[in-house]
Formats: sequence, structure tokens, C-alpha cells
Amino acid sequence: MSDSDGASAASAVALAGAKGGRTAGARVALIGPPNSGKTTLFNRLTGLRQKVANFPGVTVERHTGVAVVADGREVPIIDLPGLYGLSPRSEDEQIAYDVLTGRRGDTGKPRAILLVLDSTNLARHLMLAAPILALGIPTLVILNMADDLRNRGGRLDLKALSSELGAPVALVSARQGEGIDQVFEYLAGQMPKPAPVELPILQDVPKCREWAGRVGCEARYRAPAPPKWTRRLDAVFLHPVVGLLVFLAVVVGVFQTIFSVADPAKDGVDWLIHLSSNWVASILPDSLFRSLLLDGVWNGVGSVVVFLPQVLLLFLFIGILEDSGYLARAALIADRTMARVGLQGKSFIPLLSAYACAVPAIMATRTIENKRDRMATILIAPFMTCSARLPVYTLIIAAFIPNRPVLGSFLGARALAMLALYVLGFLAAVLTARVLKSSILKSGRAPFLLEMPSYRWPTLQSLGLRLLDRSAVFLRRAGTVILLVMVILWVMAHLPLIHGHAPGIDRSLAGTLGRTIEPAIKPLGLNWKVGIGLITSLAARETIVATLGSIYGMDPESNQLGLERALEHDLTFGGALALLVFFAFAMQCISTIAVVRRETGGWKWPVLQFTYMGVLAYVGAFVAFHLIR
Amino acid sequence: MPPKTPKPASPPLDKDFRRAHTETVLQLTGNKTLTTLVDLARGDAGTLEEINLPGEEARRLMELGFLPGMRITAGWSAPGGDPRVFQVDGSEVALRRETARHLRVLLDPPKRPL
Repeated sequence: MSDSDGASAASAVALAGAKGGRTAGARVALIGPPNSGKTTLFNRLTGLRQKVANFPGVTVERHTGVAVVADGREVPIIDLPGLYGLSPRSEDEQIAYDVLTGRRGDTGKPRAILLVLDSTNLARHLMLAAPILALGIPTLVILNMADDLRNRGGRLDLKALSSELGAPVALVSARQGEGIDQVFEYLAGQMPKPAPVELPILQDVPKCREWAGRVGCEARYRAPAPPKWTRRLDAVFLHPVVGLLVFLAVVVGVFQTIFSVADPAKDGVDWLIHLSSNWVASILPDSLFRSLLLDGVWNGVGSVVVFLPQVLLLFLFIGILEDSGYLARAALIADRTMARVGLQGKSFIPLLSAYACAVPAIMATRTIENKRDRMATILIAPFMTCSARLPVYTLIIAAFIPNRPVLGSFLGARALAMLALYVLGFLAAVLTARVLKSSILKSGRAPFLLEMPSYRWPTLQSLGLRLLDRSAVFLRRAGTVILLVMVILWVMAHLPLIHGHAPGIDRSLAGTLGRTIEPAIKPLGLNWKVGIGLITSLAARETIVATLGSIYGMDPESNQLGLERALEHDLTFGGALALLVFFAFAMQCISTIAVVRRETGGWKWPVLQFTYMGVLAYVGAFVAFHLIR
Repeated sequence: MPPKTPKPASPPLDKDFRRAHTETVLQLTGNKTLTTLVDLARGDAGTLEEINLPGEEARRLMELGFLPGMRITAGWSAPGGDPRVFQVDGSEVALRRETARHLRVLLDPPKRPL
């Protein structure tokens, strides 16, 4: 293997001299305006699966990959956040600008550029071509979304455009894979180059646009018809009454299906886990190892894995919202609320992605130009109900809230309780933002500019890949972090040995630890078993589900009941409510703390945030327990 | 910064009243009315005259297509009319009222009735 690699690298170097200085180590940068499909193309070229969605600002950091061209050479490709012009204002644009101009020491200037433009909006997107071509780096101009252009009756003369720009041009559809060969050809150095042209140096935007208009004219560009369906759909989704109703129906529908549709699937997974656990119990002799497998892995990790259907369903909905282009409309609808608390609509997109996970959400705040707005958004993002809270919520709600219809079959009591928890998290976020924006993070309002993407059908393939990736993430977490915590917990539950035997769970090391913190959580209506769960959930929220599954499984009093029933016996309704409120507010997630530290450049903000959210969680849980008890 | 457009501080509720009002307050250029982007109701179109915003903000608006001489059509808005989507130079961009106020447009002659 290494031999052939060496050979191809050698031939690449040999070829490089003849073909314009592209060596195996040189990077090719993907650049273009936001939402022009750079990452879709990147995924096509490299076979990777970086996240794509239909709204501007999905990519906020650089990704690198390798495209293998026809003769077997490898060309490193670097995918960058979108840029409107070469005057970066936000963090993500700065990253793209720095890589492009070679200001990031580790990459150096790219050897070639793939400039990705939206062919359905060529005249405006060509504005970026002027400053990019002026950099003097070999550039392939890629006109993306060829399928859209054709379907809507637009066209252009590629040869004419190419000679106007003095750069090769390819018309492709990254989504359909159409015309991608031309990009590979270019990367292999096999695409003929047109004669170079003297490009005007254009500093101001109106001149750039004038030039772009003239070039488009020379290329006989006929703009496609306006996207009919986008206008029609906007007439529904942005209708003052119907739009809001659709918004509410979508939200309620999501929560209802999480309980109605995903529940049978959950029971299926549960049954499988139960079956396999019995099988393991039957083939292994009674030993400590068997106990570790059954109590730690099956009862512990298994109790989290059963929630996979719920989590996937949530991601399916998020995927549809993001890929269709509705997300940008939701941001528009929510902008007034955001404005009232002092944030801008752009904060809404990171906050929405925090429903999946706070970590990418905090990274997505890089698109916010105003530093103080960005900081405020980072600080409130972990309040949004992330998918790790879903197993915790589902478990406790299923154990304590009866399955009664509230609004006929449309909305059940459980779905309503879940919805209430999501609203609670959102309110905490909004009120915190209000406080922050009127005190320590006060700032002038940045103008809100959001480009509305055209609606697109989410493809089954892209949704399927998302779900596959999410399943992998979920199971990997269960198989690493949670499994590790479970093994430690199991060991602690079996020590200290008394006469060579493990003590009862309440007298073990784990039990002692739980009892030590019990006085602190007793005012919240919680006992030492939940206390152990709270400690382990610092690693990741859903670990508490595994912990409780494991502890109740080890306890002879409850090991026959199943997790839901055991929990119902062990906690009061008020205590359960307190636990839910605690999870809604507390920042129990090491990854989030780490990403906040990285993005804010120090420990000050994450420590402040962890303390604030912890205090709020404790007080909230205390109030909930004493109000409902 | 150029002087701000004389315009009532709080826009009146009624759309037709607003138009009549603006017409009397602002100068008339042929049969076109000079007004700001805020005064465009859904379906109204006009030509951008100037952007009364500091350089950086104006630049960003121009990069998104809001260039003097461009035709802008008002589209749907969030409930309450703010922010509103504007169709400009082949794309659709949402602006808040507070930004749209600073963009002066020459209104096309009204096409009444709808």
C-alpha cells in the first residue's frame, strides 16, 4: 500500500512542473458566497460527509479532504465558510479570508481555487469573481445548481463566460452529481485554460456589480424564472395567520410523534435488549464478569440505547426543516421575539440547531458579526433542549405522566409535558439573553440581513445519511463515555468487598457517594440513587438514564420492575418534576463546557455559565418540588 | 451622513393613508414617489436611490444586491410586518424595519386596484 502511495506522489510531483505547479501537498480551496453549495461539492469530491443544509452559514470552519483524480493522484481540498466579498466581518468569514490570503500559517496560500457560484443568480454571484480572480491564483469557476437553472428556463454561453473571465468555467449540479467530472479534470490539470484577460481592479461594490452585469451580458446569461414554488410556499409559511398555525402544528406534531410513533419502535429495541440480556445471562456462568455485563452494560447502556428511535425522529424533523429551507423562515418569524430580548434574528439559527446539540450551535454563532451578540448567544445556547435531554425527559414523563388525550388524539398529556419542557428551556434562554443584553453585554443593534434560500425537496439520501450519522454518534457515545461511566459505577457499586462479597448497593462506595450528597438534593425531593445519577450525568446528560437503569437493576428490591416502574416507586411526583426542571436548566455536559472555553478563549465564561445554570437548576427544582408536592 | 428623510416617527396603521401621507410629505418626481423601503407594502416595487447608512453596513447591503439603481420588490414579512423579505437582484433578503428605514427608493406608480 505504502509503495503505491509513494509512486503516485512521485508522479504527481513529476507532473506538477509541467502542469502549473500543483503538487500532491498543495491545497485547493473551495470558496464562494454562502449557500452556493460548496460543502455539497466538497462532499462529492472527497467522499466525505460534512454537514450540508439549505440556509446560509452552515459551514463555520474549514474542513479538509482529499479528492482522488483520474490518474490516482491525491489533491487535498479545503472547504471554507461562505463569503460575500473580501471584507470579512464575522468569525466564519475571517477564517475563509485568512486561508485564502495565506494568513493562516499552517496552510499557506492555496495553489488553486474552486470558486462556487449559484448559476441561478449568476449576475450577483459574479461580483465575488472579480476580487477572487484578482488574487492571481489559478481558479476554476464552478456554476452550481445547473439542474435548477435548466428547470427554470435559464441559460448561458459557457465559452463566452470563460473567455470573458479568462478562467475555465464548469456548469455543475453538486447535488445531482452532474458535471463533476469537469472538476476532477481540472484538478488533474487536464482542463484547457482560456487566454488570460486583464481584469479591472474593482474596489467598490457598485463597480463590481456593473462589471458582473456586463460579463453576464457577454455570456448571454438568461436569468431563470423566479422560483414559483418558493413564492407559493412563502405565501403559506409567511402568512400572518396560516404561517403561525403551520408553525404550531409542526411543533406539536413533532412532540406527539415522539411519543406515539417512536414508542412502538422503542418497545421493539427494548424487547431486543431484554432478549439479548436473557441470552447472555443463560450462556455465562454466574460470575463477576456476568454481573458487570448484565448490570453495567445491558441495564445501564441498554437503557439509553432504547431511546435511539426518539432521537432519530427528532433528527429527522430537524433534517427536513434544515434541508427544505424552512429554517430561514422560522428565523424570520422569530426575529421579533429575538429583537425584544435584544438579540438579532441571526442568533435564532444557532439556537435552533441547539435543539440537536449545543456544541455545533455554539460553533455556529461564528456567523454573528457582533461580538457581544455572539457571546450572549453562546451563553444561552445550552438552555435549548438538546437531544441528550430527550432520553431523560422521555423516561421520566413516561413514568409519571399518564397517557391521556388533551386535545383529542392530536395532543396527548405526555407530548404536552414534553412541549412544556422545551418551552421552559426556551424561556430560560430568552430571559437570560434579556438580562445579559441589558447589562454586561449591552451593544448597539447590528443590522439584520438574512438571505432567504429557495425551498428544496429534502432528498431521501441526504436525510438517510443524516440519520445514519446521528445513530453512529449516539451509539458511539453510548459505547464510549456512557460505557466507561457504567464500568466505573459497577466497580464502585461492588466495593468495598465484605467477606469477599460485594456489599448491598446502598452500602457500597457508589451508595456512600450518593448518600453524601443526599442532604443537598433532599430539598429537591430527590434521593441518593438519583444523586449518583446527577453526578454521572456531568459526563453527559443521558448518562443518568444508564445510571438509574444500572442501580435499579442491581437493587434486589427493584430489579424485576423495569426502569420506569422502579422510578415511579422511588420518587414522588414533585421529585420527578424537580428532576425534570433540574435537567432543563443545568449545564451537565463536558463537551459544551469545552467548546465554550475554546470559542470564548478562556475559562471565565464557561465557569460563569456553569455556575449560573447550576444555581438556576437548583432553585428551579426546589420551587417545582415545593409547589407541586 | 446625509440628512434623514422627513417621515412620521411612528408609521400610521393604514396602508392607504400612509401612501397618501407620504405623497404629500415627500417630493414628487414625475409620477414616481421618493420614499423609504419601510413604506413598501407587499407587491410594491421601487428603484433604490441611496443607502443612508455608515460605510460598513451599506457595503454589506450592497454585497447582498441592494445597489443604487436596483429594482426592489417587497415580499412577505414576519407577522407584524417586521422583518420583511425583499426581492432584489435575483435573491430574497430579509431586513428589519430599522434597516429598511435608511434605504430610499423611488416608488413605481401604484397599480391600483390590486
